[in-house]
Amino acid sequence: MTDRARDASAPALHLDDLSVAYTVRGRDLPVLSNVGLTIERGEAYGLVGESGSGKSTVALALQRVLPPNGRISGGHARVAGKDVMELGTAALRKMRANDVAMVFQDPGKALNPSLTVGRQMAEVYEILGASSAEARKRGEAILGRVRISDPGRVMASFPHQLSGGMQQRVVIAMALAKDPALLILDEPTTGLDATIEAEVLDLVDTLRQEFGAAVLFISHNLAAVASLCNRVGVLYAGKLVEEGPARALFADPRHPYTAGLLRCLPRAGFKGGPALDNIPGFPPVPGSITKGCVFAPRCGLAEDRCRSEEPPLYDVGEGRGSRCHFHDRIDDLPRMSEPPPVNTPERGPDVQPVLMLERLSKTYELPGNRQVQALRDVSLTLNPGETLGLVGESGSGKSTLANLILGLAEHDEGGAISLDGTPVAASVHARPREAIQAIQIIFQNPDSALNRAHTVKHLIGRAVERLAGITGAKRNTRVTQLLEAVRLTPRQLPAKPRQLSGGMKQRVAVARAFAADPRVIVCDEPTSALDVSVQSAILNLLSELQAERQVSYILISHDLGVVRHLSDRIAVMYLGRLMEIGPAKSVLTGPHHPYTEALLSAAPTVTGERGTRIRLEGQIPSPVNPPSGCVFHTRCPRKFGPICETEEPGFSADTEGHAIRCHLDRSEMGRGREMKGVEIVEANG
Amino acid sequence: MKSLFGRFLLRRLGLSLLTLWLVSVVVFLGAQVLPGDPGRAVLGPLADARAVAALNKELGADRPPVEIYLSWVGGMLEGDMGQSYAYRAPVAPFVGEALLRSLKLVGVIFIIVVPLGVGAGVVAALNVGKPIDRIISVASLSLTVIPEFVSAIALILVFAVILRWLPLSASWPDGAGPLVQIEHLILPALPLVIVLFGYIARMARAGTIEALSSDYTRTAILKGLPWRTVLIRHVLRNALVPTIAVIAAQTGYALGGLVVVEALFRYQGIGNLVLSAAKAKDFAMLQAGILTIGAFFVIATLIADCLTVMLNPRLRAELGK
Amino acid sequence: MSATSDGAEAATTSPPAPAPTMRKERTTLGILMRSPAFLIGAAIVLFWAFCAAFAPYFVPYDPLADDLLNTLAPPSAAHWFGTDQIGRDVFSRVLVGARDILTIAPLATLLGTVLGTIVGLVMGYFGGWVDAIVGRLIEVMLSLPLIIVALMVLVALGPSTPTVAVVVGLVFTPLVARTVRAAVLSERHLDYVPAAAVRGEGALHVMFVEILPNIWPPIIVETTVRLGYAIFTIASLSFLGFGVQPPSPDWGLAIAENYGVLVGGFWWTVVPATVATASLVVGVNLVAEGLQRAVAE
Repeated sequence: MTDRARDASAPALHLDDLSVAYTVRGRDLPVLSNVGLTIERGEAYGLVGESGSGKSTVALALQRVLPPNGRISGGHARVAGKDVMELGTAALRKMRANDVAMVFQDPGKALNPSLTVGRQMAEVYEILGASSAEARKRGEAILGRVRISDPGRVMASFPHQLSGGMQQRVVIAMALAKDPALLILDEPTTGLDATIEAEVLDLVDTLRQEFGAAVLFISHNLAAVASLCNRVGVLYAGKLVEEGPARALFADPRHPYTAGLLRCLPRAGFKGGPALDNIPGFPPVPGSITKGCVFAPRCGLAEDRCRSEEPPLYDVGEGRGSRCHFHDRIDDLPRMSEPPPVNTPERGPDVQPVLMLERLSKTYELPGNRQVQALRDVSLTLNPGETLGLVGESGSGKSTLANLILGLAEHDEGGAISLDGTPVAASVHARPREAIQAIQIIFQNPDSALNRAHTVKHLIGRAVERLAGITGAKRNTRVTQLLEAVRLTPRQLPAKPRQLSGGMKQRVAVARAFAADPRVIVCDEPTSALDVSVQSAILNLLSELQAERQVSYILISHDLGVVRHLSDRIAVMYLGRLMEIGPAKSVLTGPHHPYTEALLSAAPTVTGERGTRIRLEGQIPSPVNPPSGCVFHTRCPRKFGPICETEEPGFSADTEGHAIRCHLDRSEMGRGREMKGVEIVEANG
Repeated sequence: MKSLFGRFLLRRLGLSLLTLWLVSVVVFLGAQVLPGDPGRAVLGPLADARAVAALNKELGADRPPVEIYLSWVGGMLEGDMGQSYAYRAPVAPFVGEALLRSLKLVGVIFIIVVPLGVGAGVVAALNVGKPIDRIISVASLSLTVIPEFVSAIALILVFAVILRWLPLSASWPDGAGPLVQIEHLILPALPLVIVLFGYIARMARAGTIEALSSDYTRTAILKGLPWRTVLIRHVLRNALVPTIAVIAAQTGYALGGLVVVEALFRYQGIGNLVLSAAKAKDFAMLQAGILTIGAFFVIATLIADCLTVMLNPRLRAELGK
Repeated sequence: MSATSDGAEAATTSPPAPAPTMRKERTTLGILMRSPAFLIGAAIVLFWAFCAAFAPYFVPYDPLADDLLNTLAPPSAAHWFGTDQIGRDVFSRVLVGARDILTIAPLATLLGTVLGTIVGLVMGYFGGWVDAIVGRLIEVMLSLPLIIVALMVLVALGPSTPTVAVVVGLVFTPLVARTVRAAVLSERHLDYVPAAAVRGEGALHVMFVEILPNIWPPIIVETTVRLGYAIFTIASLSFLGFGVQPPSPDWGLAIAENYGVLVGGFWWTVVPATVATASLVVGVNLVAEGLQRAVAE
């Protein structure tokens, strides 16, 4: 810690009963009510909550940059001892220039597209009184401190010329340049790839100690918060429901909402491990609950008292607080949902695979006679009732592979797709109805995948009609059956998507995919657009439907927790190639491909443990000019000789069907941490 | 970067030439092929068939269309715009003189409307939802759709007939200095200023609002920069680039409006030339005039595209792709 | 979204999304009914539509009947708006004058919208070379001012009411197509399009059943905006002598016939038609603006 942090007596941030209201169509909606928290100098504080909980509003309010319809309706916010409510225009500007800095979610948008990075960097120093030459020099210096190796070049660049990870470093450098007392990070890694995310989190952690700045880290990602923060506050419907030291809070929650969230997270264990629970119902509309506890309608412990008497912030010891009358009875919180049955697929040589891909490649033509190979030589099989997890960062070819399987894009000559042993055409338009109905998809974002002009009845009915060929009254019966299978009711039939919640919409999308007894469903990030509490319900639904109908899933996800929870087998892709494939247990415990090893170690855990992290250097190469030899050699921490650069490694499987594309001997490859300690979790909302 | 821009310019120039060529085809089809029998169109349904044939021969209209087109385009490339039927004289000098007059008028229009429109748009954006924004928004919205001849009548009535502040005639005495010329051009310019004001103000307003609500503007505010710096360096720079393209597109539109205004004020510009050629069925003149207007528009958009690309680093980078 | 100019509070974010539940939808009509601008616009348009339909049955004079003994008479109890150069009653002419323009302009708009929607859908959906070629043609059409293209074609074909409607409709087609294409492109990347493909739907189904229902709001707005410009363009053409032909009491024509005597002080021959034209275009535009806002909400 620096001297400054030690000397200053006032806390970096002190919120005292802060309330914020937005005026929407003439009505005041309380978005934050009576939030009180203190961040000491040099401390890292995590604020977690699902969408709509008001966590970003905290950051905006304390800098007085609320949108025009928002206002601080009560309480105080003190940054480094100064009450921001009482500052005049000049003093407020000075506070922003000196004391507080903020990093937003999307670094690409936070940088001015028409100014060079250098210009934007220098501004921060100029406002503090530096000459322009000095400002440039200090700008370059601070870029060096955020581990940018070529500050001169970055200073001369425009933001769009930098990668997402690099942009985020620039934004962080810009924030740290003023040596602020408080650094606010609002979802700083959402949208970044796992390995880049790990890098940014590491960087923030190191810099925090170097600069001695206090950090307010706002995130829906419990694991990221756990890995970075000393203390954590949990926001629900604009109220701080629980607060305490990060480890203790996640290990032993004292509020039913926190406990419920943790039960929704896919944590330890493989497919067939502990079942996920969920939190029924929806967060309340701001201001709709005026009496009692805001969480009571969804709480398994709620009694009459909870509905009439608002719980105060009980002191529950060790610097912890909980807004629950029954904070000492959290262990009694019942399961809120039935654990779903889990399917165990048959394996063995005599089982005929439902889907077989042989040497699938996809080449796109670019202007100027260039080509890009989005997918290269992928072969794999999928057994009935099996789930294959597909992981890899952006540009790895996961989506291309999905499109080829579905026939939305046509694979190159020389590849083959067969369904139940019968070859199928490359294009969906050339496939017979039976082949089309057999392979379906659940998209990431139901808002995009469901046509908002149509009703639920039409959305599912049309699929039944086209895929199963059922019409008339029978069609309606079938639609109702499907709705019930995904735990919706016929009441939702006339609704249009926008009248449904995110979880309900995704259920409609699931029902549509199951319209005509599919054999294979591609699940493309099926839960990453959803809040944690909704995500678990969808995952349980997928498990249940699989056990019931013996359908096979190809699960694409960047969330290793989700993949681990559902997959029988896992495939790891990089730059259009399959790098590793095998039974989930073997892939996750090792021996690993070096890339898999890096991916696994990049994922933070909710217990806050930080094992030896393997960090990847450099950026994902362009698929237009893939590296020679092993495509991973440019970033590989275990590259051991020229052979990696010249020769593409083979891809042979061991007896369990675990194949790794690497020149290393298996005995030299990394292995997973001890099974008990492994908790690869990334909660996504 | 330089060579990238060079390549872009070359490609864009090629596209402009392609557009221009297609415009020439459209104009040719419209003025030569569509009427069917130009001689008949000129002389009317009652004329003697021999007279029609003779006229067609004189006009060169008895040849196959492709041949007529080729000789027309060939002539154009050599600066020969053909012979006017009405004046029995080469077309080119008429077109040149008329274009020059119209450019003067367009110049006056844009000198007035660009600062006015951009200024009003920015002021409205900075006061979104307040009365001043409402007034500017409703005004720009309503003024844009008023036909030039309608507002011209009102302006003439007020400024020339009642107040007598401005001369009614657009034509200035021979040998008049630039100030006198401008004085004569203000009244004819105003109807188009009124129409264009709305377009430019709305575009500037939308661009400014978008920039104001952007994350980078918020970042700039949170750096503690003075509001003036935020506004000029971060907001307006990004907000006004798209407006350039709109201004260029409206140049073309303005040339259309010139037909009405020049007719109303009896100003011998390119619009009036096209109109009188149309009324006289002087097809050579009509063709040349319209093609000139098309060429003017193509050049204006070309310049605007280049400016937009030069001012926007992101677009500049995309050139390479 | 907005920002204030004092700098202190100038920054914006989206307001919090209300919690997801089964929500009641706010109807577009409800929003419109509370917009004064829309209501004023609609009242103006309805007034002129009423005149266009019924004015001939109640105006005091035959709008075509001249009265050479009573030319250029100033407004009086007998002739509320005076008489024109050949003694026709200006008041009667202005009311009946709505008829031609309110027949031709909607027809032209309808034609332009239907054709433009089809062209735009095809361009946006198929993309590639279809889009490139049609796009180039549209750019060519738009590089000549609309009124000049219309003028050129009307000179060739001769001005008649149906010709004017068809020509203006065709001239508007590329403009509508451009708007529709942009709307299709923003739909095209949504996953419901591939979702339709994986159940084997054809191009026609995707274009007209999946995409079209989602882009009707911009199309409706575009239609009203186009209607305003159709009136603008047709009035200008009539003024230039290439639109509605004499002896119709059409406003543009009336202004063209009489503005020469304006300097003589006979303002009543021109001003009523001027005000009528201005009020109609502004009225249509207020309706368009109201729709646009309602759709955006």
